[in-house]
Amino acid sequence: MARSAEKAAGNPMTTTFLLNGETVTVDGQPPTRTLLDWLRDTRGLTGTKEGCNEGDCGACSVMVTTSRNGETLHRAFNACILFLPQLEGASVTTVEGLTGPDGALHPVQQSMIDHHGSQCGFCTPGFVVAMATAHLNGATDHDDQLAGNLCRCTGYAPIVRAAEAAAKQPVPDWFAPPVFDAGMTTAGTTDTASAFRPATKLELADWYADNPDATLIAGATDVGLWVTKGLRALSPMAFLNGIEDMRDIEASDDTIRIGAGVTLAELHPAIAPHYPDFAELIRRYASVQVRNAATIGGNIANGSPIGDCPPALIALGATLHLAHRDGARDLPLEDFFLEYGKQDRRPGEFVAGVSIPRPGADRPDRLKCYKVSKRFDQDISALCGCFNLTIDEGRVTKARIAFGGMAGIPKRAHAVEAVLSGQEWGPEAVAAAWDSWEKDFQPLSDMRASATYRMDAARGLLTRYLLEDLGGATRVLEVTP
Amino acid sequence: MKDTVAAPDPVNHPLPHDAARLHVQGAARYVDDIPVPADCLHLAFGLSEIAHGRILSIDLDAVRTAPSVVAVLTAENLPFENDVSPSVHDEPVLANGTVHYVGQPVFVVIATSHLAARKAARLAKVTYDPLPALLTIDEARAADSRFEEGPRIYGQGDAASAITAAPHVIDGTLELGGQEHFYLEGQVALALPQEGSDMIVHTSSQHPTEIQHKVAEALGVPMHAVRVEVRRMGGGFGGKESQANALAVICAVAARATRRPCKMRYDRDDDMVITGKRHDFRITYRVGHDDEGRILGLEFVQHVRCGWAQDLSLPVADRAMLHADNAYYLPDVRIESHRWKTNTQSATAFRGFGGPQGMVGIERVLDHLAHAVGRDPLAVRRLNFYDAPMDGTTADAVAQASSPSAKAARPLPTADHHLDLASRGATETEAGPCAEPTLPPGVQTTPYHMPVTDFILHGLVEQLVATSDYTARREKVAQWNEANPVLKRGIALTPVKFGISFTLTHLNQAGALVHVYQDGSIHMNHGGTEMGQGLFQKVAQVAAARFGVEVSAVKITATDTAKVPNTSATAASSGSDLNGMAVQAACDTIRDRIAVCLAGLHQADPATVVFSQGKVRVADAVYTFAEAAAVAYMNRVSLSATGFYATPDISWDRIAGRGRPFFYFAYGAAVTEVVIDTLTGENRILRADLLHDCGASLNPAVDIGQIEGGYVQGAGWLTTEELVWDDAGRLRTHAPSTYKIPACSDRPDIFNVALWDGESPVETVYRSKAVGEPPLMLGISTLMALSDAVAACGQAYPALNAPATAEQVLAAVRRVQG
Repeated sequence: MARSAEKAAGNPMTTTFLLNGETVTVDGQPPTRTLLDWLRDTRGLTGTKEGCNEGDCGACSVMVTTSRNGETLHRAFNACILFLPQLEGASVTTVEGLTGPDGALHPVQQSMIDHHGSQCGFCTPGFVVAMATAHLNGATDHDDQLAGNLCRCTGYAPIVRAAEAAAKQPVPDWFAPPVFDAGMTTAGTTDTASAFRPATKLELADWYADNPDATLIAGATDVGLWVTKGLRALSPMAFLNGIEDMRDIEASDDTIRIGAGVTLAELHPAIAPHYPDFAELIRRYASVQVRNAATIGGNIANGSPIGDCPPALIALGATLHLAHRDGARDLPLEDFFLEYGKQDRRPGEFVAGVSIPRPGADRPDRLKCYKVSKRFDQDISALCGCFNLTIDEGRVTKARIAFGGMAGIPKRAHAVEAVLSGQEWGPEAVAAAWDSWEKDFQPLSDMRASATYRMDAARGLLTRYLLEDLGGATRVLEVTP
Repeated sequence: MKDTVAAPDPVNHPLPHDAARLHVQGAARYVDDIPVPADCLHLAFGLSEIAHGRILSIDLDAVRTAPSVVAVLTAENLPFENDVSPSVHDEPVLANGTVHYVGQPVFVVIATSHLAARKAARLAKVTYDPLPALLTIDEARAADSRFEEGPRIYGQGDAASAITAAPHVIDGTLELGGQEHFYLEGQVALALPQEGSDMIVHTSSQHPTEIQHKVAEALGVPMHAVRVEVRRMGGGFGGKESQANALAVICAVAARATRRPCKMRYDRDDDMVITGKRHDFRITYRVGHDDEGRILGLEFVQHVRCGWAQDLSLPVADRAMLHADNAYYLPDVRIESHRWKTNTQSATAFRGFGGPQGMVGIERVLDHLAHAVGRDPLAVRRLNFYDAPMDGTTADAVAQASSPSAKAARPLPTADHHLDLASRGATETEAGPCAEPTLPPGVQTTPYHMPVTDFILHGLVEQLVATSDYTARREKVAQWNEANPVLKRGIALTPVKFGISFTLTHLNQAGALVHVYQDGSIHMNHGGTEMGQGLFQKVAQVAAARFGVEVSAVKITATDTAKVPNTSATAASSGSDLNGMAVQAACDTIRDRIAVCLAGLHQADPATVVFSQGKVRVADAVYTFAEAAAVAYMNRVSLSATGFYATPDISWDRIAGRGRPFFYFAYGAAVTEVVIDTLTGENRILRADLLHDCGASLNPAVDIGQIEGGYVQGAGWLTTEELVWDDAGRLRTHAPSTYKIPACSDRPDIFNVALWDGESPVETVYRSKAVGEPPLMLGISTLMALSDAVAACGQAYPALNAPATAEQVLAAVRRVQG
């Protein structure tokens, strides 16, 4: 069922979802209208704030409730980079929806008052929504749950005290964000010529082959900024959130296959048992709100030189699965990234998934991921080094090292790997590789770090990898007062 | 007044912020939340793309024909004044032929939606004849591009001779970055045209009177035709003292031109690109000292990068000089300050207003000095502290001795009749008469000749050393560093002594308007603005205490230039001190009228009427407060009053660098422990212990909130918050994706905050002390703790610059390792 994009840009499309329990059908809005703008300007719900308009401050946090495979999920999202069509069939709770029927405050609200958690109050609604979502989910890792909410007044201490106190209170009976009745929505039926919402991978392949210049929108955590900051027109575009058959993680004895539509939030628990250091890297991937939206497919397909997950995936020897109406193909992930802004992707071809080896008795997890950024949480790497060295009888028998932030693409350190391979694993090996780093990388200086620093720190990370094998404290995040 | 012993209810209670319940429900209304008339228009600026150049042409055809665009204005279309400067009329709201930085507004689009205005603004084609751009301090120095005719120089004694005579000399240079305010609510204004030429402006500004003044100028109307209202800001931090002017002015002009309501808010990236930030500094120092680390002579040169317009840079740079001593007695000192003019955003007020930069300078000196003599920096700091006050040198005694004998009449400024008298930028006209104090013998003076008579840091630091377990932890840090080759810990204690008062003396005044209604409810208004600091709550507690009622009886109302005129900016930490006193005066006027009325009815002495716990007791009768108000009304007693306060005993000559610019000092100290990774420079705070002096706190919960938040903001300034401009003068860190303020997990793992148990030695409102700015400087302990950790890597002095990003820390590690 091929569709062509003949109509003018920005055609409206219809989206139906629940807003604070009320069914709403949004019609006549451009597909790139953000939930935030619609809430504030159209609905007059001004409790949700615009702080940055790029998903970095959390002042616009909303709770989105969905159901999948019989499981109800409540997740916080940044409304500023959430396009209305992404909400099809969802249930949205804003700060206005937290208060009880008789005006009773939600426990996180009362706790924020009791613990003096608000000063200027502008970030507060976003915090309260993020806290209420964590509260509903029973999550008590407050630093992680609130990493995506910036506050400039309080220094966070009273907010965390409030979250800790609220965690001891039960979820009020009256607070049960409903799930949208699945029977009311049919993905793919509300598309227009310029904006399409496929229900299956096949539908996407079919449409995309005919519209190879289209923008594919999964979580919109990057594409959202093309609209809110770049003020770009995206038409035609496909919203991938209705595609069910790219959302699974399948583990066999030796492989873990991750569908392109798997979010970073979903990926974390799947990876943690196998590659704890990769999981820690995912924990530091932006924030809860962004990880709830962002997909692994989007992370790979957008080809960022920083990469986030790709350096870890490349170090693991990941295989990328590309799909096209005319046939699928697989390639090593590292070969996908050709140069800055350019990937090995044919017109109409899209990322369908990625596979990594599953560790086993004969393949122990040797992966370490070192992200270096100005701020630990919710920051983009200045550099990210992922090391996967196999040591056999004291010698390096296999080396895979990949970096983000050191080149125009996520890139392997082939020259360093070559020097290390066969060497006795120790300080001499690290020293022997010293000059090879410059063969692998000629990084840029930018607002995140200078080229000199990047080279110096990259070398330091190999030393860290060695020292971790030798034991001893090497990570500031693991030091306790 | 005898309020010095026991403060009555509800003062001193840790009550929640007055708007907390609205905050958590998303029901607290900010300017962008105000429902607007259906025909409201939205504005966006078109910005300069180069750092310096003459505008050759502006092609706006594509802008004008873009969808939803109603009009486009350039400088030529402005009917009256084209200026939004808070000082010397050097800041056109729309560029007037020349652009001076990347991001300067060149034209404004008026459209039917915010998004349409932003989109259209990018369609202009502007051509320039580029001029040389001076971006850095070095470039400005080479071109002698500066504000004022030359450097300001303050000091006492003879620094050069003292350094020459000293047994040891060290010198060094500190590079100190600026800071983006990152108020969560961006700049915003809404102008509503009224009948005739009147205008109402809703703004997110710390300085409504200045908005009123600038809007009146731009509309060519007297100030009485402009009413400015500020209910609350979503954070200010100094970034809304003068930086809100442009939006209010252009909205008013556009509203006048279109006869429709006009609103403007900056997108975050525009906000960061357009508005000024904290001044970055380079500070060089030369110190003569003895074997123990006692400072014998000290010379500072402070280089201040001010940006393209003067704004508030002169008083900011002055205040940096006024805090170059921090807590240390410097008998022979010379401080030289250069205010460099560059083609970058016009740096502006930011919490501390130059004080933090001056303070980091002297703390670097103490750190360096301790390293040079091989002692614990804390020992060297204490060695150099001002003396504790002696008998006969109490603050009040010296205040009396040093206060001008009579109020000298202040001359009207002659420079410019448009000068905004209520702005801190109005320093040019200020050369206030200063009486030379007659000092009791033995009293130490600051480098600006003000006696220090209330120095409490000896006792405060002693207590903090004990509660933070500083000595034992310092030993443990050394042991850790002995055992760990890669991760190093560091610990530091730094003090704060911060001067309280506007240095422009006449700004230290405030007004209030209080009404009591016949049902006993109270309407309170004053000139201070609420930006989250809890000012309204604290002042409401004062009002409730004066009437002896619950705080809930007091309605806190939006700052409004039609209720209280001629307000000073809510700045310089002065909000509670000034407005609390003004509200107290207004309340007392009404209370005394009620007392006289009731006493007359009961043939009692008005002095015996007691207002307490919601009751008014006179003779044997007990009235509820509401009944008392109703009785007063029935007896035709005015239940409305204004209040006024002017800070006593201060005077200052900023040219000579002499006087008593501050009513008193606020004190505090912090111990911070950090860990660094010597392979990458990554670092974080492990623990912080803060002890801070708020006098007799009006609201301990609000004050602790200021202290915690101030510390984290100060630590952020000195660690992760890095502003980066490229070679073309473009700010590359213009959004939270690239500019990193502290996130939740960046606060210390262990975070102990306590209030010093004391009261203000001078007569402040309920003997409380100002708290807005001083705690930010507790964050300096973070930088010094990082320096301590780096110093553990070798023999050389780290000379750690700020912000101490991972990159800066690694560079310092490399220096120390040699």
